[in-house]
Amino acid sequence: MTRRFMFDGQPVAFEDGQTIMEAARAAGHFIPYLCWHPDFPPHGSCKLCIVKVGGRHVSSCALPAKEGMEVESNTPEINAERRALLQMLFVEGNHFCPSCEKSGNCQLQALAYELEMTSARFNHIFPDRPVDASHPDMLLEFNRCIFCELCVRASRDVDKKSVFSLTNRGIHKHLVVSAESGRLGDTDFSRDDLAANICPVGVILRKRVGFAVPIGQRIYDEKPISQVSMEAEK
Amino acid sequence: MTRPKLRIATTSLAGCFGCHMSFLDIDEHLFELVELVEFDRSPLTDIKHCGPCDIGLIEGGVCNAENVHVLREFRNNCKTLIAVGACAINGGLPAQRNHLELGACLREVYEFRDGLSGGQVPNDPELPLLLDKVHPIHEVVRVDYFIPGCPPSGPTIWKFLSDLIAGRTPRLTHSLMHFD
Amino acid sequence: MPGIERCVSEIVTRHGADPSQLLQILIQVQDVIGYLPADCLSLIAEALDLPRARVEGVAGFYSFLHSRPVGRYRILFSDNITDRMLGAPALMQALCSKLWVEPGKLSEDGLVSITTTSCTGMCDQGPAALINGRPVTRLDHRRINEIAELVRQQVPVSAWPAAFFNVEDNIRRRDALLASTAAPGDALRAAIRVGREGWLTEMERSRLRGRGGAGFTTAVKWKACRDADGADKVIVCNADEGEPGTFKDRVLLASHADLVFEGMTLAAWATGAQKGFMYLRGEYRYLLEHLQAVLERRRAAGLLGAGIRGQAGFDFDIDIHLGAGAYVCGEETALLESLEGKRGTPRIRPPFPVTHGYLGRPTVVNNVETLAKTTLVALEGGEAFAATGTAQSTGTKLLSVSGDCAYPGIYEYPFGVSIERVLEDCGASDAQAVQAGGASGVLIAGYEFHRRVAFEDVPTAGAFMVFDSGRDAFEIARNFVDFFAHESCGFCTPCRVGTSLLKGYMDKLASGHGAKPDLADIEWVTRLLKNASHCGLGSSAPNPVIDTLVKFRPTFERRLESLHFEPAFDLDAALATARRITGRDDAAAHLDRKKETQR
Ligand SMILES: Cc1cc2nc3c(=O)[nH]c(=O)nc-3n(C[C@H](O)[C@H](O)[C@H](O)COP(=O)(O)O)c2cc1C
Ligand code: SF4
Ligand code: SF4
Ligand code: SF4
Repeated sequence: MTRRFMFDGQPVAFEDGQTIMEAARAAGHFIPYLCWHPDFPPHGSCKLCIVKVGGRHVSSCALPAKEGMEVESNTPEINAERRALLQMLFVEGNHFCPSCEKSGNCQLQALAYELEMTSARFNHIFPDRPVDASHPDMLLEFNRCIFCELCVRASRDVDKKSVFSLTNRGIHKHLVVSAESGRLGDTDFSRDDLAANICPVGVILRKRVGFAVPIGQRIYDEKPISQVSMEAEK
Repeated sequence: MTRPKLRIATTSLAGCFGCHMSFLDIDEHLFELVELVEFDRSPLTDIKHCGPCDIGLIEGGVCNAENVHVLREFRNNCKTLIAVGACAINGGLPAQRNHLELGACLREVYEFRDGLSGGQVPNDPELPLLLDKVHPIHEVVRVDYFIPGCPPSGPTIWKFLSDLIAGRTPRLTHSLMHFD
Repeated sequence: MPGIERCVSEIVTRHGADPSQLLQILIQVQDVIGYLPADCLSLIAEALDLPRARVEGVAGFYSFLHSRPVGRYRILFSDNITDRMLGAPALMQALCSKLWVEPGKLSEDGLVSITTTSCTGMCDQGPAALINGRPVTRLDHRRINEIAELVRQQVPVSAWPAAFFNVEDNIRRRDALLASTAAPGDALRAAIRVGREGWLTEMERSRLRGRGGAGFTTAVKWKACRDADGADKVIVCNADEGEPGTFKDRVLLASHADLVFEGMTLAAWATGAQKGFMYLRGEYRYLLEHLQAVLERRRAAGLLGAGIRGQAGFDFDIDIHLGAGAYVCGEETALLESLEGKRGTPRIRPPFPVTHGYLGRPTVVNNVETLAKTTLVALEGGEAFAATGTAQSTGTKLLSVSGDCAYPGIYEYPFGVSIERVLEDCGASDAQAVQAGGASGVLIAGYEFHRRVAFEDVPTAGAFMVFDSGRDAFEIARNFVDFFAHESCGFCTPCRVGTSLLKGYMDKLASGHGAKPDLADIEWVTRLLKNASHCGLGSSAPNPVIDTLVKFRPTFERRLESLHFEPAFDLDAALATARRITGRDDAAAHLDRKKETQR
């Protein structure tokens, strides 16, 4: 007998070991996320995937589904909180989309569209984070990092290079590369690494491909992320 | 019943007038618009100071003392104040100087640049002083709505304004939401 | 450089080139070199065969590890609210000006650096500081002058007057635990007599709940660990005691260490664990030698090691690991990460440590006091233990009393004692509020003093900070907000950014430029912290602000400059640089807040 839980009032079937996120997606429900990735274990840092279960907030990417759970996700309350989390990510970095090569293909921006975030609301922190252009093929624009650690995980677990790591803590946390000089050019990073192609925002960028696809015709210009993300599920 | 026309004022602070250009891009809707609204202070008129208005549209971020004065004048006179475009909303391109120390920045431009030996940072009291960082307008005054985009497209601006004029809370659908 | 190489290779070898020892290695290398320069991190990475970025990530996480040179005299003033109330900021300022150094900077000659650090757990004898890692208590202007002189004369800290480093127990009220006269091994003998199963039954009967904050039933935890798959179980004693205003574990470690280690051994008896760790906060490093000596004594007495008390198959020993200045490492899963030599980032739960803990092994994490209390259960039996306290909170609780009272120190009461009673006993005649449970606890106002210390009423991990009617509740909350912003590990969005935003709002209000909508923003951010944070640090970070806004709201309101709106930053100050560069000071070179009123 298949087991089910209720997702926004609709029954969702799940298998043992599936998280709320996995089961909901398999049933065609989109839950916003930034640090989650289908090929990696849950990470749980961005908190965009929060849902309410029995009145308590939980990370749907990490919590195993249970029979009879009542999950609230696409509600004005949760979406307002998700929007505020996006706003926090926007003010803690420097996101000047018009001059960002990732614009239109960026998941942070796309979620902001999805959740109708028209301004960052909070006071901007305007951090000072230098750019690293030392690598022949790749550019690191740290100003846009949202600390999803996808590059860290991909480089460590798939590329087996551990090129990236986070250091410091709190609001001073930042990305570093595995070189005494601190320069990407002094690592064995390659444009073919998974880590070079996984950043959901505009930090890890290819050189010399700037604006190959015109603004206005990019992934999330064409379709909302809720649709794009679920197409991958099929 | 004919409704009295709404009064609109517009200005550009630290912006490039791109948002204003986009405003003009609402094309034939402009005719509709002038039926519904009249313009107070705006680059479209020659009014120098903003009087009591229904709607104020602000393009550009806050970069100097003059911007602060103009912004406050708008806030004090407009019932509804709207940040239009990336620069008004998060500082935009001008805010990309925020990681530089202002003093070093000014000296670089006025004193150390090639061909400027012996130059001096201008200190004419007529010139507005620069703030040490460029700020979005909502950090300086209370802002009621935001229309993102660089610039927001003509249709986006029109959708927003027509909602507002009709008394609907403005909402931008996916195709009208752009940060670029 | 060859010196550094030798130093690194010696220290790494001493730790068996084991990557899980990374934090301990970094601490020890820094002891020798003074800080952790970039080339040194490369050497450590190489010697441990770890990616360099991982080593840099860990080194950057802990506030007692430095990537840049610090003073040969490194002076850290404890920055808890109780230290502030006792005048710490003025004392730090005085020392800075005497030694010609700015707070947070290194003096030009590299001699001294002075800054603040989170609560060092000396609240009953503050203001306190750590000087080259050693606690100095009861600072006053005289002592500051003496310190300035000793630094100027470059007298090694080891030759400073011993009285400076005197740390008192200040035990004011003893009950079952602090009055215990048990000899080392007594409790073990009793537990061994009833067998492993019988011992767990006694623990169940005692209904002992954890004293570290969450109040989880200890026997349930032990049982889950015992029943978990995996033979290589682990017992961890959480001696991180980072909660501001808490210092009872320090006293237990200093004067009753045998009870604590015996408790760990009792946990091993119940679960079958053979390996134990004590995670000792860096601030309490001065206790390390003493604790090692106690362990040595216990080994010699057959109370640790193979065949404890002659029981074949009862093998257990304990290592002590040092923390390095990170409150979040008190959270049990962050602690485990740290113990594994990683950044102290809390893990996703489930799985819980009892099944997947240290290096994936079934692990019990218990607080110092919890473990010490288990010796009472062994000696008296579970039922006798449960006879004191309340139905839901059995036994006694150690309170760390500090702040505005005549007799700060440690008080042991049966659970259920009223706040009033504690205030009376500690000589607090004019209290307007008590912060119970530290920064993450609850602020109790005068009208609630009848409430009782118990998990079901006022839960507390032990902190009990008293504030008299002269204190400003806003400043108390602000101190705690600073604390959380400094201690957030930065893993999750709401806490990393939210604690910083909260600090921004509090600073704005403190500068007298707040507006009413800021209060609504504060409430919104506190809600996000509560709801969306990954661990208990983030979700309890807003507690002091929420409580103060409910119970002492006027202290916020009186700081409002406007009921409508105030800019996010000081506009006139934002023109200061331009004024300086242009030499202007005319009227147009200023932005007056008042002149252009806002709607
Ligand atoms: C941010 C944070 C800090 C904590 N600090 C401590 C601590 O310093 N000491 C402690 O015993 N427990 C601390 N805890 C609680 C531990 O996570 C854990 O619940 C406790 O060590 C379990 O022991 P107990 O059951 O004996 O109380 C902390 C929890 C959080 C969320
Ligand atoms: S990373 Fe995304 S949100 Fe940030 S600037 Fe680039 S497009 Fe905008
Ligand atoms: S660089 Fe990109 S992938 Fe890496 S942590 Fe930052 S946002 Fe995530
Ligand atoms: S709540 Fe704070 S301390 Fe806890 S994981 Fe998130 S950032 Fe780290």
